[in-house]
Amino acid sequence: MLNAPAPPPAKPIDRALLRDLRLAVEDFNCDYADTLDRGDIEAWPDFFTDDGVYRLIARDNADANLPLSLMSCEGKGMLKDRAYAIANTEMFAPRYTMHHIAQVRVTDFDDQIVTAQANYIILETLIDEPTRLLQCGKYRDKFLLQGDKLLLKERNCIYDTVLVPTCIVFPP
Amino acid sequence: MTNTARFPTPSADAGPDLSDLHWPNDPSEIPDWIYTDQRIYDLEQARIFQGKTWNYVALEVELPNPGDYIRSYIGATPIIVARDEQGAVHAFENRCAHRGVEFCKTYRGSTKQFICPYHQWTYDLSGSLVSVPFRRGVKGVGGMPADFKLDEHNLRSLNVTCRHGVVFASFRDDIESFEDYLGPDMLDQFDTVFDGRPLKLLGVHRNTMPGNWKLYQENLKDPYHATLLHTYLTTFGLFVAGNKTMIMTDAKGRHSTLCNARPQGRPENDTSKQEIRSFHAAMQLADPRVIELIHEKDSPWTSNAITIWPNLILLRQTNILGARQIVPMGPNQFMLIWTTFGYADDDDAMDRHRLRQNNIFGPGGFIGIDDNEAIKFVQDGMQHSVPRHGVAPLGKDVEGPEVVITDRAIRSMYRHYREEMGL
Repeated sequence: MLNAPAPPPAKPIDRALLRDLRLAVEDFNCDYADTLDRGDIEAWPDFFTDDGVYRLIARDNADANLPLSLMSCEGKGMLKDRAYAIANTEMFAPRYTMHHIAQVRVTDFDDQIVTAQANYIILETLIDEPTRLLQCGKYRDKFLLQGDKLLLKERNCIYDTVLVPTCIVFPP
Repeated sequence: MTNTARFPTPSADAGPDLSDLHWPNDPSEIPDWIYTDQRIYDLEQARIFQGKTWNYVALEVELPNPGDYIRSYIGATPIIVARDEQGAVHAFENRCAHRGVEFCKTYRGSTKQFICPYHQWTYDLSGSLVSVPFRRGVKGVGGMPADFKLDEHNLRSLNVTCRHGVVFASFRDDIESFEDYLGPDMLDQFDTVFDGRPLKLLGVHRNTMPGNWKLYQENLKDPYHATLLHTYLTTFGLFVAGNKTMIMTDAKGRHSTLCNARPQGRPENDTSKQEIRSFHAAMQLADPRVIELIHEKDSPWTSNAITIWPNLILLRQTNILGARQIVPMGPNQFMLIWTTFGYADDDDAMDRHRLRQNNIFGPGGFIGIDDNEAIKFVQDGMQHSVPRHGVAPLGKDVEGPEVVITDRAIRSMYRHYREEMGL
């Protein structure tokens, strides 16, 4: 289940390595958040591997083992199509979003795959409206470590804010 | 059946003083106050949602086994839809007969009985009261009056009907059958989506909308916007004015269907494109699986957008199947519950295809976002500016279903609305 506790690592991981991996994931998340919060949606697919998967899932669906996602991309093509639609075809009011990502935890490292999770909060600001909470949720991630660079093989965003306020334009 | 003896029907009331509100004489004009006035909102609850209407409340696949239940709504009223041990589906108010507690606080679940947490009044799966703690008090003192009868304190139950796996409920027993309520043409459309095959539940989205609930009915009765607002649809040919299109209503004008037949390939040569400034001729999808049409129906249409008065939008678009339930939350807000499904006999590949395609709809969808934003903009305009009348002037009422640049179905809905509301 997507929101079940992370299982213990398959093989024991050296504490120093675990710390380095956590710092690398934190750096990655900072860059990811900064890119989206600047509105540079067309750079978003580059955070993923070519076969990268992105899913945005309401927590009640995850709890009930229902597979529907609010956004779902399988591979770079679909990630790029989502980014293109946001940049070019969707109609929405201009907005600022701001991610706050915390409690980064690396739970496994095996065969260059880093399993990690983090909590996130996204604040959204529309013109002439007070800032509001758009989402709070949890990232359940799998990264591919290539040299010293991380890429997302899988990012599942499980959100507690099930009753979505109007809509979610930019991917959390 | 309802147990209305204890619950008088509000629609019988005289209603509030509305003498300051005037409907414009021009039939193409719609006054702002129907979207913003609390008295109108309250009257709608009484006369429409608690009146002689069939309201969508659940899919049977959400409660497959005895004891299964979901939280739902009829109008703004929270209800529970549950399946009893014999397999019958019941709907009743989510409000304890004792102190009025909205006791069911889970989206869905399975139970033998419902126990209100406040004083543990206990109800069975049909909403009947089965036990009350300390009925005889303690040591013979206190407790219920001697003439207290359990069966006079059941939850308020609703009239329920099911067709092809879809559950509708009504506050009224004196209402026509669901089939007569829809009429033959709309029933035929309904059966295009629900053809009697067992369904498979894929999941549910929920979102709030800062707008009046009627704007959502209007949105799906408005073929004019579909081809202009939804750049994604026009760019990839899913819905284009020049496609074979039809909009029809039932005899009373309250339900409607908007159908579109998608051409093979891309519609660059469609002359109606010249009117659509947002069309992106050069755009290609990197992964066209999202819009791929897998043939599964004999219908001549590739999309059917069906509005069933007052609270249901049924959408079949390519291979997406979904029910959108409208839940009013005051004059300026409503909730949308999007229940997405396929058929029980879909294989894994078809499941994945439907899930992939659902990127188009929902509150994060390629075109779901367009509509949610547009409706917010309309309500912003009505709430922030001096009241005036909106206009729905396109097309003529006498024209046939093939004329699609028209507001005909919006006008027919409001003719029916005025009759039902006594406005």
